[in-house]
Amino acid sequence: MLENFSFRTIVEYLPLFGQGLVTTVWLSVLSFAGALAVGIVLAAMNLQRGRLFRIPAKAYIDAVRATPLLAQLYFLYFGLPRLGIILPELVVGILALSLNSGAYVAEIIRAGILSIPRGQVEAGVASGMTYVQRMRLVILPQAFKVTIPPLLGQAIVLVKDSALLSLIAVAELTRAGQLLASDRFMPAEGFITIAAFYLLLYYGLKGLAALSERRLGLAGART
Amino acid sequence: MMWQQLQSIAGSYPLALRGLGMTVMLSLISLVLGTLIGFGLGILRTGGNRLIGGVIGAWVDLIRGTPFLVQIFLIFFILPELGIELDALTAGIIALTNLAACFICEIVVAGIRSVPTGQVEAALASGLSRWQRMRQVVLPQAMRIVLPPLVGQYVLLIKDSSVVSAIGLTDLTRVGWLVVQRVPNGLLVFFLVGLGYFIVCYPLIMLARRLEQRMGAAHGEVQL
Repeated sequence: MLENFSFRTIVEYLPLFGQGLVTTVWLSVLSFAGALAVGIVLAAMNLQRGRLFRIPAKAYIDAVRATPLLAQLYFLYFGLPRLGIILPELVVGILALSLNSGAYVAEIIRAGILSIPRGQVEAGVASGMTYVQRMRLVILPQAFKVTIPPLLGQAIVLVKDSALLSLIAVAELTRAGQLLASDRFMPAEGFITIAAFYLLLYYGLKGLAALSERRLGLAGART
Repeated sequence: MMWQQLQSIAGSYPLALRGLGMTVMLSLISLVLGTLIGFGLGILRTGGNRLIGGVIGAWVDLIRGTPFLVQIFLIFFILPELGIELDALTAGIIALTNLAACFICEIVVAGIRSVPTGQVEAALASGLSRWQRMRQVVLPQAMRIVLPPLVGQYVLLIKDSSVVSAIGLTDLTRVGWLVVQRVPNGLLVFFLVGLGYFIVCYPLIMLARRLEQRMGAAHGEVQL
């Protein structure tokens, strides 16, 4: 029964939870930056007319979307050493999250760019702009606006996904809960506390998404 | 060396089939239960009762705001402390069903809210009962919005089922983990595991895309 739920133990372990939270936050930030980089490259490849770039990008995106992150994580974790690449668990985790989220980010960016009316592109062409100028001055600034809310949605998914890194022994938030569960046999205290921390991150990001929608005048335009 | 590994992997095919069977069974059970419960919750939530709507909304937010891995641990380790004995399989099914129900609830709510109020008023004026309004007027129109993300949600569900391997259920991912302990070729083993999921998920992804195009095009709308 939960009548001997020990808040004292939670307080005692608070530094551990704090460390876990901090690790989860910064590894999520790094992974999201990685995902943006991967996503931008994939989206650019996917929007080319030539098949040479488009087909590999599409294949990558489909492969990532049709397989679980956990299998991808194990693929890198058990597979990279096979290629002679020995990396710390944390780096493998960040790599897996970036490569996974990158596929979703690519789709968000592509949808954003395709949402710009054709007339805008044609107007750019008519004004004598080059491809790069059209992208930089006309399309991207407008696409950027539409992509912010779904990108924040993807950030929420990424933070939650990062819990899987505990399964390859990365000392993040979920791992802290597992430690309390295994060292002290207090799974309730451990897992309820980390759930509360995750909710904190969730509501923070959700609030940010709502704010950005209002500020960018996109209310109701959510994809 | 390579040949030996291949033989060893090929020798684990009964295990792999069992794992795939477990993944498919888990996904199917929670897909059916989650869809039923999700639709029920969605209809209740838009039913007009503030209290019920609020409680469902809060629960959905709790589930959407926490990692699935943490939810599984909570169910698997804490329900026994409350005096409810359950094995890993039951815990996995409960966790997955709950997750599916919450996400499907959101999809159904969005679908129901997309139906113009004039439709409901017309049904009301025609003297249809509440249940008739829902079944004959609102839901058929809502399905257009609901169907594409619903299929997408099923893909997410199948992928999320891999997380139950963390509490020791021998699903496809767990099989990969077991095999890689004997055959140290993570690239090959998890490529095959991924292939197993791909074969199940990819047709569904294609279906979701087709539905999205069809449902959008049929009503002269831009994509959702």
